Amino acid sequence: MTVRNPSSVTRPRSDTERILDQSFLWLTRLLAYAIAAVLLAIAFQVLVQSLPAIQRFGVGFIFSQDWDPVKESYGALPMIYGTLVSALIALLLAVPIGVGIAVFLSENFLPLQVRTVLVFLVELLAAIPSVVYGLWGIFVLIPILRGFGVWLFENFGWFPLFSTQPSGPGMLPAGVILTIMILPIITAISRDSLASLPPELRQASIGLGATRWETIIRVLIPAAFSGIVGAVMLALGRAMGETMAVTMLIGNANTVNVSLLAPGNTIASLLANQFAEASGLQVAALMYAGLILFVLTFIVNIFAELVILKVKKF
Amino acid sequence: MALTSPEISPPVIDSLERKNSFRSLFDIVMTVVVAVFLAIALVPLIAVIAYVIIQGGSRISLDLFTQLPPPPMVDGGGFANAIVGTLIMVGLAALISVPIGILIAIYLSEFSPPSVARAIRFATNVLNGVPSIIVGVFAYGLIVLTFKTFSALAGGIALSVLMLPIVIRTSDEALQIVPPDVRWASVGLGASDYQTVLRVVVPAALPAIVTGVTLAVARASGETAPLIFTALFTQFWPQGLLEPTPSLAVLVYNFAGVPFKNQQELAWAASLLLVLLVLITSVIARFATRRKIY
Amino acid sequence: MNLTLSGLATPLAVATLTFGLVSCGGGSPTPTADAPPGTAPIVEGKVSLTGAGASFPAPLYQRWFSDFNKKNPNVTISYQSVGSGAGVEQFTKGTVDFGASDVAMKDDEIAKVERGVLMLPMTAGAIVLTYNLPEVKTPIKLSRQTYTDIFLGKITQWNDPKIAADNQDLTLPDKKIQVVHRSDGSGTTGIFTKHLSAISPEWKQKVGDGKTVSWPTGVGGKGNEGVTAQVQQLDGAIGYVEFGYASQNGLQMAALQNKEGTFVEPTADSFKATLSAIELPANMRAFESDPAGKDSYPIVSYTWLLAYKQYDDPNKLKALQAAIDYGLTEGQQVSAELGYVPLPESVVAKVEAAKAEMVAKK
Repeated sequence: MTVRNPSSVTRPRSDTERILDQSFLWLTRLLAYAIAAVLLAIAFQVLVQSLPAIQRFGVGFIFSQDWDPVKESYGALPMIYGTLVSALIALLLAVPIGVGIAVFLSENFLPLQVRTVLVFLVELLAAIPSVVYGLWGIFVLIPILRGFGVWLFENFGWFPLFSTQPSGPGMLPAGVILTIMILPIITAISRDSLASLPPELRQASIGLGATRWETIIRVLIPAAFSGIVGAVMLALGRAMGETMAVTMLIGNANTVNVSLLAPGNTIASLLANQFAEASGLQVAALMYAGLILFVLTFIVNIFAELVILKVKKF
Repeated sequence: MALTSPEISPPVIDSLERKNSFRSLFDIVMTVVVAVFLAIALVPLIAVIAYVIIQGGSRISLDLFTQLPPPPMVDGGGFANAIVGTLIMVGLAALISVPIGILIAIYLSEFSPPSVARAIRFATNVLNGVPSIIVGVFAYGLIVLTFKTFSALAGGIALSVLMLPIVIRTSDEALQIVPPDVRWASVGLGASDYQTVLRVVVPAALPAIVTGVTLAVARASGETAPLIFTALFTQFWPQGLLEPTPSLAVLVYNFAGVPFKNQQELAWAASLLLVLLVLITSVIARFATRRKIY
Repeated sequence: MNLTLSGLATPLAVATLTFGLVSCGGGSPTPTADAPPGTAPIVEGKVSLTGAGASFPAPLYQRWFSDFNKKNPNVTISYQSVGSGAGVEQFTKGTVDFGASDVAMKDDEIAKVERGVLMLPMTAGAIVLTYNLPEVKTPIKLSRQTYTDIFLGKITQWNDPKIAADNQDLTLPDKKIQVVHRSDGSGTTGIFTKHLSAISPEWKQKVGDGKTVSWPTGVGGKGNEGVTAQVQQLDGAIGYVEFGYASQNGLQMAALQNKEGTFVEPTADSFKATLSAIELPANMRAFESDPAGKDSYPIVSYTWLLAYKQYDDPNKLKALQAAIDYGLTEGQQVSAELGYVPLPESVVAKVEAAKAEMVAKK
């Protein structure tokens, strides 16, 4: 993608310069390895703390639906399911909307000043504390979505996704709040990628007779694709790791229910709920769940890498 | 756009024309769709901020900035200490994560072999998905247990771990987009690598890096979970970097959960202030970096 | 918000007033080192203490320590609610100067603390059943069997004959009962489920007790505020919250049947009756999950402050002892106002005596 180390073709350097160059390179390299080390340290700490639960429950933990601290029997299937589904809902809604807005705000649809203000506004969405999203969700979003949920249930109740009477909190409100929370990430980063594309790309495409949207879809978005995927991955990580707002809206039921109108739970929300009061094996089980979240993020990222590779082939 | 009647047009032109009208129609439809998307995104923003203002706007006064949080069933009060604490800890976190994050991004986009870059980008993405509560537990084990006390330092470090992935990934993307000609030109003029990177490439990517920093600051200033395990809270003024330190986010969390109306209103006012703080940071950052853009 | 101070005892009113004056004076950054005139400072120099633990007593402790700081400006005590579990963990690791827990500490947990542990009951709290039935004006009466069955998911309609039998004077609506419980681990859930286990063998066998249990029915809300919000929004909902929370929010509260068979409304008097029926052992760790006494409200429990027996810093020790003393005397008057249950005098005497076991390390 980038041209690295172009210095080899130019004039010889003085010793000081070479030392400075080398130390700068080593500084950045060291820090880059340090970030990987931090991740490993966190993963290691989580692993150590989860060992008792891993020994006790093994792989069965992933497939069990039981979460009962009284009987000390733990399984994380409902939370794994909930984490994936709520993040998926959020991505399905936020990616088209976010990329759409990014396009709208990077092309000259609107005067520059108006765009600058709008960019600010969208980024402000990221500034609202998640507790506030949670409280707003309980008092404003859930009542609104309940009406919509009842309508879905009454008209499309035969469809598994809408097959339960809405209980208020549930997977749908949690997914919607996550959508709102990750929207600024997707929009801001995608917009930057699109805005910094060289203007020649647009000119050439338009010059060849493409319409504005053909240019956007066929030329600009593919050119900014890696930036957009980066944005989506950051957003996805946020969605899967978000605690407070989701906890307040998802209903915290440790069961797998296909219906989006039913309550569910996520791993991050489970941790937020139970960590402070947990002791003994329960802490280990929570850490085991945290470890699974690590693995899930891992898998999702591998998946994203594959998508990028596939797209780059064209 | 011209609509042609099929009867009088030859088939070829007809199909071309129709294609054209379809293409321009598609353009219009798409424009409308993204405009609607923008409206959809602004609805919750306005709704949430309006809600916060309704709940806490009446409490915005000078008292908030000068007084300490009131205990339950006592009128008045503010959260001056929490503002100071938040500024200290978010500032500390930014001080750690912004330079480090940008340097790592420089390594990824300028110096590293592709396979290493891929691995580290990967690690950064995974780190970004770690729930904030686990980051809190990590910093608790690393710093609080070492120093035997809750501290602003521990809070700042926990927040910097949350900010780093955002800073790295956004700076990384921003640097990658800087056209290679810029680097060639700089090197061609005799600049060394670090000069090229720091004086030419980074400034060119600055606007996008600022976006990333803003997003990271926004995320850090609203985070509660990592601070509860690291900085704790105090109703009094922060005493030093190695003492328990109050923050707006934990104040919101504490006061949102109590039944006392005065404290609940303060929680909303604090939320409003958090949003304003991020807005101000963002405006200042943009203003400060604007001049340097070529 | 407007507050009437009429209900307060004089010293407290004075303390509050002083606070008001100090506040009006504008932001004096750090409290000045000298004590108000007339009182000798309890310790020399500045002392700051940190505590963490249960969320239930957090508002009360914060009020106490804030008022205490007004009287002793050189002592600042911070308390942060992190949960009883995390509180005990931090107390054990020694990152705090004191802890707090709704469920006391178990013997094996105490054994891990080298500096020794004192468990001091500082206040008590009651748990109430709150419900959302706008058409029912007087408190609904729930028998032991009924409310257990509701939370077991066996009674699902408000006009169920079992509920109606105890409420002849009320017309109960034909509505579905929506159970709301806590989703976060909490001492409140621990005390409530302990009570249910004590009165119902079926509950004990099917669900059991703990800070988090596997609920047979209902939706979960995070914190008292989460449960309250959901009860307020769902017609026909019922949930359990702390009394202080319900009374501050003006929620409907059910009268519960106690061990003697009488229906008791949650009031300050009925809570007091319960506490006087609980005998406190020497280590002061007492749970009475099904208290005797005709007037006793059935779900009341102490909450404990966890102190070390040994303190390295004699100033910290003195300051903490003085703060505990304050909480036991003047502090008790605030507790009722905030929705807590003041300690009976016999318990205050016991805690006062136990406090002497805290010593400075030689």
